[in-house]
Amino acid sequence: MEILLSSLAAGLLIGMALALVALGLTIIFGVMDIVNFAHGEFLMIGMYTGLFTAQATGLDPLFTLPVAALVGFLLGGVCYYGFIRFLIRGPMVAQLLGTFGLMLFLRNLALLIFGSEDRALHHGLLVGRSIDVGMGVIIPATKLAAAVLAIFSFWAVWMLMNRTHVGKALTATALNPQGARYMGIPTEKMNALAWGIGGATVTIAGALLVNFWSVNPFVGLLFTMIAFTIVALGGFGSVRGAFFAALVVGLIMEFPGFWDFFSYTFDIQWMYDIPMTSFKYTWVYLAYFIIMVARPRGLFGWKH
Amino acid sequence: MTSEPILAVENIKVRYSGLPVLRGVSLWVAAGETVSVVGANGAGKSTLLRAIMATQPVFDGTIRFLGREIHALSTEAIVRLGLVYVPEEKMLFGPLSVEENLRLGAYVINDAARIEQNIEFVFSLFPRLKERRTQAASTLSGGEQQMVAIGRGLMSNPRLLMLDEPSLGLAPILVDEVLDTVRRLKAEGMTILLVEQNVREALDLSDRGYVLQTGRMVKEGTGQALLDSDIFRQAFLGI
Repeated sequence: MEILLSSLAAGLLIGMALALVALGLTIIFGVMDIVNFAHGEFLMIGMYTGLFTAQATGLDPLFTLPVAALVGFLLGGVCYYGFIRFLIRGPMVAQLLGTFGLMLFLRNLALLIFGSEDRALHHGLLVGRSIDVGMGVIIPATKLAAAVLAIFSFWAVWMLMNRTHVGKALTATALNPQGARYMGIPTEKMNALAWGIGGATVTIAGALLVNFWSVNPFVGLLFTMIAFTIVALGGFGSVRGAFFAALVVGLIMEFPGFWDFFSYTFDIQWMYDIPMTSFKYTWVYLAYFIIMVARPRGLFGWKH
Repeated sequence: MTSEPILAVENIKVRYSGLPVLRGVSLWVAAGETVSVVGANGAGKSTLLRAIMATQPVFDGTIRFLGREIHALSTEAIVRLGLVYVPEEKMLFGPLSVEENLRLGAYVINDAARIEQNIEFVFSLFPRLKERRTQAASTLSGGEQQMVAIGRGLMSNPRLLMLDEPSLGLAPILVDEVLDTVRRLKAEGMTILLVEQNVREALDLSDRGYVLQTGRMVKEGTGQALLDSDIFRQAFLGI
């Protein structure tokens, strides 16, 4: 029973953190129909920002979040103005290859600057701490913080999109850019803003992740793939969909825990023998495959 | 009508992949006037409006609005100057409600009181939109969607309202309703540039009109004069 509850708790917690990773990807797609293959590299930059800011200032990594957010916002804006806005006039293939190129560029730039070794945080208010909530469920403080901040970020983005003037303009740009221009909405700025918000949320996610995940220049692809799965499951462009889909993906990632629960509870010998943890991500990608075949527009449909 | 025109288009040329669509078109609109541009399908009417709005590159010629050269400005900047375009395709924000669509039309206005005033005006013009204010725009009928499109255009207090085929695809009874709305706006003092396929009705309600034929303005004059002219018969009855 403990295994089941711990797996559930761990799945939901990592799911919420992953929701924050995927948020930016779905926002950018929602506003301008571009899939950003460099999304994981933005996350990697957020992780390095959190790590180095914490090391340089001696501050707790939690306090590096505003720095990471600022770096992400600027990174998103610069990528848009310097690169993406030229791509959106081109065909879909140019956009795909373009952001793929951005991914390679950022990754190799990180390799050049930071080297290939893994780096991790070994200090901080939250690192190594945990909360025992009973029933054998122990929640690491770092993951709880990531989950809480993910919920907060989703709330903030929801408020921005639904309650503010600029949010309405972003929505209008997403629904019909030409129509939005005829309303006097500066759609170029709205696109840049979407990249800024997308960049900021994913670098915040990075700065939170670095509390419990070591960083190297290649860490991005794993998260890009997971974020793709989440966004595909939730429906491309759907903020609400991304949140719930991330919880589902988080639980899928804890599949080995559930497997163990079954094998112990019902004492099934052959289930013991399969090293399920080795296939952790296999289930995520299998889920991606099934979604693409069975429900290509995701649970909530595109752009809702 | 002797005043300085608020919109003056001079000799503009537009090409689609090398082929001339507008071959040197000129037109002007004075404050308070209602001006129609009529012509057969493919004459370049919509292209002309899109060129004025800077969504269609202009190859040659000048476009002045309120005495200012606007052809180097962005569409958004032109809207801010008070030149509003209601496109033929309507371009509503489908999943958003009628009221949200209207409020987006007032994006360039920062005065909240004026926005409320404008929305009341639009609702008085189209009482049906008030009934459906919370309904998603995409669920409305074609006629109601056209009302939203026109209402949304009015929300920013335009100095000049350009309507592109507002009656396109509507049932005859709705066509009359839309054109009555245009008459009412004209009576309220709105300056209107109207592109219409219902040539007779459009010229009938306008102060002046232009006939556009394969990218050239072939005739200009008061509505009645155009209806009586030979070139008009040629352009429309000859097809």
